[in-house]
Formats: sequence, structure tokens, C-alpha cells
Amino acid sequence: MAMTTHVDIVSAEEEIFSGTAEMVFAPAEMGEVGIAPRHTQMITRLKAGEIRLQNGNEEQTFFVSGGILEVQPHVVTVLADTAIRAHDLDEAEAIKAKEKAEQALQDKTSDMEYARAQSELIEAAAQLRLIEKLRKAKK
Amino acid sequence: MAVGKEIRTQIKSIKNTQKITSAMEMVAASKMRRAQEYMSATRPYASKIRNVIGHLAHAHPEYKHSFMIEREVKRVGFIIISSDRGLCGGLNSNEFRATVPKMAELDKQGIEIDLCTIGKKSTQFFKRLKGNLRAETSDLGDRPRLEDIIGVVKVMLDAYENGEIDQLFVVYNEFVNTMTQSPQIEQLLPIAAAELEEEITHHWDYIYEPDSKTVLDGLMMRYIESLVYQGVVENIACEMAARMVAMKSATDNAGELIDGLELVYNKARQAAITQEISEIVSGAAAV
Repeated sequence: MAMTTHVDIVSAEEEIFSGTAEMVFAPAEMGEVGIAPRHTQMITRLKAGEIRLQNGNEEQTFFVSGGILEVQPHVVTVLADTAIRAHDLDEAEAIKAKEKAEQALQDKTSDMEYARAQSELIEAAAQLRLIEKLRKAKK
Repeated sequence: MAVGKEIRTQIKSIKNTQKITSAMEMVAASKMRRAQEYMSATRPYASKIRNVIGHLAHAHPEYKHSFMIEREVKRVGFIIISSDRGLCGGLNSNEFRATVPKMAELDKQGIEIDLCTIGKKSTQFFKRLKGNLRAETSDLGDRPRLEDIIGVVKVMLDAYENGEIDQLFVVYNEFVNTMTQSPQIEQLLPIAAAELEEEITHHWDYIYEPDSKTVLDGLMMRYIESLVYQGVVENIACEMAARMVAMKSATDNAGELIDGLELVYNKARQAAITQEISEIVSGAAAV
């Protein structure tokens, strides 16, 4: 049997693939790389493209929109991005989040009123306790 | 027979409510199971990244990422994860009750606080308290995507990098089991070096493409994002569990109410029958 290396493809949302392959091809930022078993330790960023796993004549492909490839002699790990990441896009997301916060805070911000927060919470806790008591009394 | 018409209407309306709560309970139960699966599916990513970062930090002691440098704390950031919807027992208020004292304590030390909220409930709560909200996102649904939180996390990470905040915490509910969810406040930044320690038996290093700094930068950002994402997913599992329990007790309570009302109704009905009979009997006796 040919030599194989263990391959894990994971994204933040789920595990995409876990298994073995004789050869792994990945779209590294500086050009496609092919990883054979016992490759030296390497770490590189990936750009959008296909990851191909070769087993004999069979080939499996996975699409990644970017991420990081970590190579150990017997383990290849792909930390895949699920989203298309680019500086501009991230920036746009950040601006969107800020705008939403501003919308939520139409009224002027002042110092947080901890005293009020605590009293409100104490009130809620007291209500819960009362309910609890009533329920016990009923039984 | 017109006896106890009001009671019958009341029983009927409670029965309708009970149907809704028991349906919600079942929906929450099935969603909880799915959320738990997502929860375990997100774990390998973060642990893989942690390993790699740990190794990088070890191999390159001379390069310290700004996320790992401790600074004097003047201002801290909180990312607060809550549910979008209510009807989930004391889940959100327990979380806020754990957070507010911590904030009050920081406030006493003269440390200012910036907030970032994920989920409608925390936005509403901290808006009412006039917290300094920097970013917010909500309506993530039952299956949130990483893209949904990139924006809010970036706002806080940028603030950290620019020195606007010196510490970053994330607040979420930890899923202990179906009955128990416990609020957690965890420090995201600076990343404690001890957390990343790993046993190194012999020295080796990676080949970096393009170079170690860019790779590490990308990793750090993704690491923090994945931690927040995990918090979001875990919080959803908690929300579903809490809702399931709350709806179960609501269904039980409705059942008790119905039993009580039925008793009253039957008594009234019997009293009416008895009265009718005695009227007939006394009428017959008079003839």
C-alpha cells in the first residue's frame, strides 16, 4: 500500500473532512503546493481554490475560500475559511456592525448607570423567588 | 345547559395556551439537539489553531503579537452574547446579573467600559443602561455563520490594536447540561501566554509562506473569531435548553390550572343539577 498522510479539513463552523490521502494539493498564496507524506513542517496561507486529495486514481476535491495550511510530516491540517475574506469586506462588516450599534443608541450615551442595572436585576431576582415560593406553596 | 360558561371558555383558552407551550417545548428540544451537534463541530478548529499559535509563540519568542502583550488597563471591552428572543427562563437575566457586578467593580476602579452586543436581548438591556455600545449584531438565527460575527469582532480587535481598549472579555452562557446553564466571563485579549504553553520535546520550526508575521496575524484574528463563534453557538444550545425547560414547566402549570378549573366547573354543574332536581321534587310535592 502506498504511503499516506492524515488530512484534516476543518472550518470554524464544522469539520469538513478527516481521512487519509497519498497526495494533497492546495492553493497556497504563493502558488499551488503538492504535499506528499513526510513533507517537512510548513505553514502557509491559502487563497480561494480547490484542495485535491489523491488516493490512487481517485481524487476528492474540496473548495475553500481561503484559510491556512499546516503541514506536519504525517498530518496535514487545513483551517478553512467559510467566508470570502478580504480586508475591504471585513472593513465593510465592521462598519455595518458599528452602524447598527449607533442605530440602537439613538439617544446620547452617558455613563452606564450601574446602580439602576443592579436594582433592576435584584427586582427580577425577587420576582423569580416569589414565583418559586408560590409554586412550592401550591404543591 | 348554561352552567359555568365563563369557566368553560377559560379552560378552553388555557388549553390553547398549553398546546402552544408544549409545541414550543418540542421544537426547542429538537433544536437543542442540533445546536449541541454544531457545538461539538466547532471545537476542532479552535483547538487546531491554538496548537499552531502555541507552537509559533514558542518558536519565535522574539516576535510578540500585540494580542499577547499585557498593558496597563484603562479601558476594557466586553462582547456580550445573548439570545434574540425571550421565553427562555432566566437565561439572559442570569447572564446580565453575572456581568453587571463585574462591570460595576471595574467602574469603581475608574476603568471605562466599551460594549459590543450579539443578540437583541443584550442590545436592549445595555441600551437601556446607556452603555457605550461600539458594535452590535442580531438576528443570527439557529445556525449562525461566521460571517455574521466577523464585523463585531473586528471592531473590538481594531479597538484593541489601536490601544482604545486594553482588555477584551466575552460573556456567554456555558452549556453544562439541559437543566444547567452557567454564565461565563472569559478573557479573550491579551491572550495569556500560559494558555498557549505546550510541551516541546525538540526544537523544530515551520517553513513559512510568505513569512511568519503574516501567518501569525491571520491566525490570531481567526483564533479570536472562532472563540467568539463558539460562544455564540454554545449560547444557542443554552437558549434552546432553557426554553425547553421553561416551556415544560409552563405546560405543567397550565395542566394544573386546567385541573383546578375543571374541579370548579364540575362542582358548579353538580350544584345546578341538584338544585334542578330539588325544584322538580318540591314542585311535584306541591301538586
